[in-house]
Amino acid sequence: MMQTPVTVPVSVDSETPWVLPNRGIVGMWCLIAAEAAIFLIFVVAYIYYLGKSLTGPLPSQILELPIVGTICLLSSSLTVHAAVSALRKGKVQRCTLALAVTVLLGAAFLWTTAAEWHHLIYEEGFTIRTNLFGTTYYSLVGLHASHVVVGLLFLTAAFLFSVSGRVGEVHAERLEVLSLYWHFVDAVWVVVFLVVYVLGR
Amino acid sequence: MAKEAPVLEAIDQTAPAGHSSGPGVVYEWLSTVDHKKIGIMYIVYALIFLVLAGAQALLMRIQLAVPNNHFVTPQVFNRLFTMHGSTMVFFVGIPILFGFGNYLIPLMIGARDMAFPRLNAFSFWISAFGGILLYLSYFAGSGLYGAGSAPDVGWFAYAPLTAKVFSPGHSTDYWTLSILMSGIGTTGTAINIVATVICMRCKGMTMTRLPLFVWLLLVASCMVFVAVSPLTAAQIMLTLDRYLGSHFFDTQAGGSAVLWMHFFWIFGHPEVYILVLPAFAFINEIVPVFSRKAIFGYPAMVAASVGIGFISLSVWAHHMFTVGMGPAGNTFFVFSTMVVSVPTGIKMFNWLATIWGGKVRFRTPMMFAVGFLFQFLIAGLTGIMLSAAPFDWQLSASYFVVAHFHYVLVGAILFALFAAFYYWYPKMTGRMMSETLGKWHFWFFIIGFHLTFDFMHIPGLLGMPRRIYTYEAGRGWEYWNLIVGIGALVQTIGTLIFVYNLVHSYFRGKIAGPDPWDAWTLEWSTASPPPLYNFAVEPTVGSRRPLWDLKHPEDPDSSYE
Repeated sequence: MMQTPVTVPVSVDSETPWVLPNRGIVGMWCLIAAEAAIFLIFVVAYIYYLGKSLTGPLPSQILELPIVGTICLLSSSLTVHAAVSALRKGKVQRCTLALAVTVLLGAAFLWTTAAEWHHLIYEEGFTIRTNLFGTTYYSLVGLHASHVVVGLLFLTAAFLFSVSGRVGEVHAERLEVLSLYWHFVDAVWVVVFLVVYVLGR
Repeated sequence: MAKEAPVLEAIDQTAPAGHSSGPGVVYEWLSTVDHKKIGIMYIVYALIFLVLAGAQALLMRIQLAVPNNHFVTPQVFNRLFTMHGSTMVFFVGIPILFGFGNYLIPLMIGARDMAFPRLNAFSFWISAFGGILLYLSYFAGSGLYGAGSAPDVGWFAYAPLTAKVFSPGHSTDYWTLSILMSGIGTTGTAINIVATVICMRCKGMTMTRLPLFVWLLLVASCMVFVAVSPLTAAQIMLTLDRYLGSHFFDTQAGGSAVLWMHFFWIFGHPEVYILVLPAFAFINEIVPVFSRKAIFGYPAMVAASVGIGFISLSVWAHHMFTVGMGPAGNTFFVFSTMVVSVPTGIKMFNWLATIWGGKVRFRTPMMFAVGFLFQFLIAGLTGIMLSAAPFDWQLSASYFVVAHFHYVLVGAILFALFAAFYYWYPKMTGRMMSETLGKWHFWFFIIGFHLTFDFMHIPGLLGMPRRIYTYEAGRGWEYWNLIVGIGALVQTIGTLIFVYNLVHSYFRGKIAGPDPWDAWTLEWSTASPPPLYNFAVEPTVGSRRPLWDLKHPEDPDSSYE
């Protein structure tokens, strides 16, 4: 056995700054990578099964373009960005307002999805069991909607903290982590929109 | 850099004083967010499952040892190979490797904990509950209606066998949900490892100075994001099929059974590399220390690891040559599979070049490492044989394939794991493992291994399919299967010696001291076992071998890098 002192060198010179990335942001990018892979598989399944349903209805017969919902969700990306940049400058009130608008826009999007599903299920009688189109449509859109729900829960929490005065400039980076997730959910919607409502129809 | 630096004592003498006892200890372990405790829990939980799944393998080998045997029923046999495979991959392989990663990465990069300690605890517990859920199926697989039954659909659970019609009851759901939970835990830990390596490094620990162990776990964790997620997605689809009546893999409604194969193997093959990269990581640390030389070709090793990570994402369909993908698909996957052997070969040569001319110390870790090198080479060669589609058409789903991948999983990964146990056990417990028992373990295990898996290739070449329950005499398979069974027994003896050694050394082992192997990475600079906060003072690093610099101030590595 070697005799070695249990020692660690300690640096005396600290002239070179040692800066590492924010762990929250790195962690969120990793989560986004993993989530993107999950969505990719569902999108692949959707495209693979396009036109392979043995029975109707076809997408072109029952799907309508969700223009209002899309506008709401995409503009919520802008408002969450506004919230982060307001908080960076220390403008807590503007941040609270922007968060409130974001939550409302996200909720509006969810409402349009819910209305669409209600219409499809109760008026068209079109469910996940109907055919392959139903299977892939409900799972892909549902997976996205569940991510919107998670994002909304966190955004609402952030809004509540903000409105009760517990958020300050120091939390800007944390809010940025959350906004990254929200941007991702929006970006996924662009893909879902193109695949399901444009390409798939 | 380290030369001028003043040196501080790292051990806080008050550290071990705070031990509680009785229920306090249980609470401490259940509620801990310390990466070292979580790492040890990962390892212990994986060891328990290793023994369980090993026992299942032994039962299967007894069943197959002689022709026309009825030691277990066919139903039990199906459950045995399903549980053996699922357990070994999801509840032994991943947790034990992440356990070592959890324990060692913060120590090696000079950090006090992982980036997200609470996420770390969450990931561990959800994986652990996944494993428990899988085994709960033995009692609850048929719900409240009758006796339990474990899943029996095979570890890759091909559709449409997993459909509700063909697999009634809940055993398949237990399998799906437990794999889903394990996937969530794995992804959580992978996120944690990447964030830790990127954001928690101590001063001076640039990416080019990271120990290769850390590099390889970084690559493996990045692979988890893109490889485990498809499995999670596929399991969600299967659950929807079974519970909500969707038709993803329902061939009656136009669904595709081949799509499940693609989704499963998009996970399944990178998974092999996720398991083998940490094994490489162990060897990368052990071979240089016991050869008394710095690792040969550090940049090439890093590049090869990243290369393996990328290439391995494009090889999955070599599991599906017999499906009939057509010449273009087959050619692509033959080519990509053969290409992945290039970076692997680079690693092989670098390890050999590290040993070459070194002053090799044949302690137990090094013996297992050399066993790894030899067996991994053979496993790679049979892999190249199987990568040729026409050869694979002959031998797909035969015992040749089983022998090949067990050569990788046991001959390479398990040997590397044993090496890691002997090497880092002193750091984790403060005591050395017994060398005598270690050598007995090594010789029993390597002889048993070669008896089992060398001779398992032959019945495969003679046409014995995998997963068969029994076979008739007179096909030329019986002697080979008997030898394979005897080998399994010899390996069992070796494993029992190992488990005894683990327990015995914990109480009676020689006190190790902080640095028993005269090693060079940061984990050996702190006490064994390390205090809760790892380092009293955050270290500063000037080269790839910070402890070499410290021990040899007259000739530090930092002056060459």
